[in-house]
Amino acid sequence: MNSKFRIVLIILIFAGGWILGSNQNVAPTITNSAGGASYSGGYQAPSISGDIGAVPRRPNEGQVHIVNPGDSIQAAVEIAQPGDSIQVMPGTYSETVYIDKDDIHLRGVIQTGQRATLDGLGKLNDAILYSGNNIIIENFRITQYKGNGIMGQAGNNFEIRNNVIVDTGIYGIFPQLGTNGLIEHNVVSGIEDAAIYIGMSDNIHVAYNEVFDSVAGIEIENSRHAVVEHNNAHHNTGGILAFVTPGLPIKTTEDVIIRNNFVLSNNTPNFGAPGSIVSGIPAGTGILVMAADDVIIEGNIISNNKTAGIIINDHSYASTITMDEDSDPNADRTMILDNVMLNNGYDTIPQVTALALTELHTGPIDIVHAGPSNGSCIINRHRYRAVGIGNYTECDFTNTDSIDSYLLVGGAKPRIIKPSERGEIAYLGVCTGCHSYTGRLIGPSVQVIQAMYAGNPQGLVDYINAPIKKRDNFPAMPAQNYLDAETQMAVANYILAVEN
Amino acid sequence: MILKTALRQRLPAKLLFSLALLTVLLFGPMLNASKAHADEFSLADQCPPSFALDRDNRCRMRNLYQLYDSLQERGLGGLKTALPKHRDGFSPQQIDLGRLLFFDPVLSADKNLSCGNCHNPNLGFSDGMARSIGAKGQVNERSAPTLWNSAFLKVFFWDARANSLEEQALGPLFAEHEMANTPQQLLASLKQIEVYPALFDQAFGDSGDSLVIDNIVTALTAFQSSLISLNSPYDRYAHGDSKALNEDQLLGLNVFRSFVARCSQCHMPPLFTNQQIAVIGTPEPTGLARDIGAEKTFSSRQLKGGFKVPTLRNIALTAPYMHSGRFATLREAAEFYNKGRGHAVPEGENLLLHWHISEPNLTDTELDRLVDFMGALTDEQFMPNIPQRVPSGLLNNTTNGGLVIAAGEQP
Repeated sequence: MNSKFRIVLIILIFAGGWILGSNQNVAPTITNSAGGASYSGGYQAPSISGDIGAVPRRPNEGQVHIVNPGDSIQAAVEIAQPGDSIQVMPGTYSETVYIDKDDIHLRGVIQTGQRATLDGLGKLNDAILYSGNNIIIENFRITQYKGNGIMGQAGNNFEIRNNVIVDTGIYGIFPQLGTNGLIEHNVVSGIEDAAIYIGMSDNIHVAYNEVFDSVAGIEIENSRHAVVEHNNAHHNTGGILAFVTPGLPIKTTEDVIIRNNFVLSNNTPNFGAPGSIVSGIPAGTGILVMAADDVIIEGNIISNNKTAGIIINDHSYASTITMDEDSDPNADRTMILDNVMLNNGYDTIPQVTALALTELHTGPIDIVHAGPSNGSCIINRHRYRAVGIGNYTECDFTNTDSIDSYLLVGGAKPRIIKPSERGEIAYLGVCTGCHSYTGRLIGPSVQVIQAMYAGNPQGLVDYINAPIKKRDNFPAMPAQNYLDAETQMAVANYILAVEN
Repeated sequence: MILKTALRQRLPAKLLFSLALLTVLLFGPMLNASKAHADEFSLADQCPPSFALDRDNRCRMRNLYQLYDSLQERGLGGLKTALPKHRDGFSPQQIDLGRLLFFDPVLSADKNLSCGNCHNPNLGFSDGMARSIGAKGQVNERSAPTLWNSAFLKVFFWDARANSLEEQALGPLFAEHEMANTPQQLLASLKQIEVYPALFDQAFGDSGDSLVIDNIVTALTAFQSSLISLNSPYDRYAHGDSKALNEDQLLGLNVFRSFVARCSQCHMPPLFTNQQIAVIGTPEPTGLARDIGAEKTFSSRQLKGGFKVPTLRNIALTAPYMHSGRFATLREAAEFYNKGRGHAVPEGENLLLHWHISEPNLTDTELDRLVDFMGALTDEQFMPNIPQRVPSGLLNNTTNGGLVIAAGEQP
C-alpha cells in the first residue's frame, strides 16, 4: 500500500469513527418483537396449522410389505399398490430404490438403534428416487452413494423424515419440481453440495433438521413459499441459503421464512465441485440470500461465521453463474427481524472488506447487503454491525407468528378431468395413431369397432386391457392396460359415441 | 450417409418401398414435370391425429399428459407431469396447406429444396447430416433439428434467436445459405401455380389476396405444430405401464435421471428439454472455429458456445449429434459427458461451462444403458402423410434428401 493511500485511508477511518460516534449518540429505535404486528404478506391460501403434515392421511391402510436383509427393497416397491406401506428391517441394502407410483410409504424400521441402511458402496448413483405423489420416506440410514440420498422428481405431497444421511455425493435430500413437502428431523452430513436442497418447488417446510460438514446446509433454490425453522446448521461452508440460480427453467425464489434456526460456525473450507453454484460460497457464511425476494430472517442464533452472519447479494457478486435475461438479479424485500448475532464476520473476504470501507466500517460484520435492493426492512438495526443496509426502512411488523407453515390443507390436489374429457384425450392422444373414423389405418376403423361393441363399453374395456389378435392381416394391438380404469371406461364410451 | 443407410436397414419394408418409388420416379419423368391440376388438391377438413376439431373449425391438441399438472404450469418435472404450453388452434385446411408447402421445392430460390429436405420425416424430421446443405450446395454452420413436438417449444434455432415458429420459418426461406429465396420471388412463384391462390383462399378466407408471406409462415407453423410424438415406450411407462420399458431401458432411465449423470436436469421430462441455454463445451468438427452460439443472440460473453438444450424425443432417429454433428452416435454423445468437465475445451479458451457438466465417472455399462433408454423415446405413430405430388409439380430432385422418393401416402 503506498503511503499516500495509507494516509487517505487513515483519515477516512478517523472520519468514519467520528460519524459512527455521532450516530451512537442518537437514541436507537427499540422495537419489542414480543408484541407488535405479525407479517401479513406471504402465501395467502389456507395453510396448515398445528399438527403439520404434507401427505394426506389415508382413510384405510393398505397392505404392509416387510423387507428383510437379503431381500430387495425395489422388489417390494414393484408389488406394492398405491395405499401400501413397505417396512424395511434393520440391515444393509445396496440398491437404488425408485418409486414411480403414488401413495407409497417407505419406512425403515429402527430396532434398538439399528437402522435399515442403504449403502451405495461408492458405486451406486442415488439411494431413493421417487416421482409419485403422496410419498413418505423415513427412518433410513443412507451412505456412500455417488449422487443423491433421497431425490424427488415432480412428486407432490411428500414427507421425508428421520433419515440419517452420511457422506453421500451431491445432495442429501433433494426434492425437485414438487409442491407441498415436509422435510423434518433428518441428520445430514458430509455432502459436497447441499445437505438439504429444495429445488424449483412450492409450499415447503424444512424443520428440526441437523445439517453439518457439508458445503451448504439448507438451500432453497428457485422455490416459493418455504418455511425453514428450528434447524441446526453448523460447520458447513454456508449455513442456510435462499437463491435464485439463473439458467434454470423456473426463475424465482420468493416468500421464504428463515426463523428460529441455529446457524453456527459455518467455516468449513469449500469443497464443492469446480463449476458448481455453491463452489462460489465463501467459507464462513451464515445465511446467504442471493437474488431471492421476500425473504424474512427472524429469531435465528447466528454465531461464529467468519465471513458474515447474513449476506444478501445480487447476481453480480457471483462468479459461477450464467447470464439469463429472464432472471431478476436483485434481492428485493429482504426483511430482517430480531436475531441473536454473535462473533460473525471476524475474518471476512476482500469483497466484503472493500464494501465496508465505502461506509467507513471496519472490524467484524454481522450483516452485509451488496447490490441493489428495493423495499427491504429491518427492526432494531442498532444491534448489528451492518454494511449496505442504509436504505432499509423500519419493518411495519415484528414477527411471523401468524404463519405456522406454507403447507397446503389436504395436500396439492391432482388436476380434475371430467370423464368425457378423459375419453377424448385418450382417444385422440393414443388411439388415433392406429384407428381413423372411417377406413383402415393400422387397426380397423372406429365405425367397425362401434358396430362390434354397440352398447357394450365394458366389452371394449376388456379388449383394450388384453387384446387378442383377431384379424390375420392386421398387426396385434398393444394392451392399453396402463390407463387407469376410469380413463379406460371413458375412452370406451367416447369411441362408441364419436361421430367423425 | 452411413448412418442414414444404417437407419434404413432397420426399416427394410420402407427401403423396398423407397426403391420401388425411386424406380417409378426415374422412369416416369413426364409425370413429374407436369404441373398440378386444381382438382387434384383439396385441403383436409379433419384434424390430424391427436387433435380435436372445435366449433370454430380449429384443431385443439389432445394428449395424455393433459391429465396431469406441473409446477408453475411450466411443463417440467417427472413422469406424470403436464407438458409445456403448446401452439394449436389452426384449421385443418391451414395444417394441410402447410403440409403441401412444407414438401414443395418451389419454396426455394432454385426450386430444388423443400423444407422436407433438411427436415425429412424419414430421418426423424432431420437430415442425417452433421451440417445441412443449402440450396446452392453450401454446407451450413449447424445441423437441422427435429421438428417433432415443436408445438411445445418457445425458442427456435440452436442459438435461440427466434421466438416463434413463424419467425423461425422466415429464417431458412430467405437465408442465402439455406433456401435462398426472396419474399418477392416466393410470392411470384406461388402465384404462378394455378392451385396455390385457391388453396390459400380456402385456408385463410375467400379474400382473393390471401397468398401473402404471413399466411405462408402461418401454414408452415400449422403443419409443424401438428407433429406430435408422445407415444413412445417411455410414455407408456410414464402413464403407468411398468412393463413398457425393458430391463436395460429401465436401468438407463435411472442413470438418466440420477444425479450422477444428471441428464434429466436439462433434458427434463416430459419434453426432454428445459428449453434453456447451456454451455457444455463440445468440440467442433476438425478445422472449424468455435461456434459462439447464443453469445450472439443475447450479446453475452457468458453464453459463448451456448446452445438451446434440444429435446431427446426421437433422438435415436437424428444422428449425428450436437449443433455441428460432431458425434456420430448416441454412445459418443453420451461419452462426451463422461470425459470430464471441459476436457474438449482448448487450453486458453475461456467458456463458462454449465454447472451440471461434471465428472460422473459412469461405467461403460451405464453408458450403454443410457443409449438403450434414449432409444425408448422413439415414436412415429402420428407420422403425417407425405404428399406424392405437390402443387408445383416439382418433385424433389436433390441428391441429399431422397424425401419424396422415400415416402408416399399411406397405402
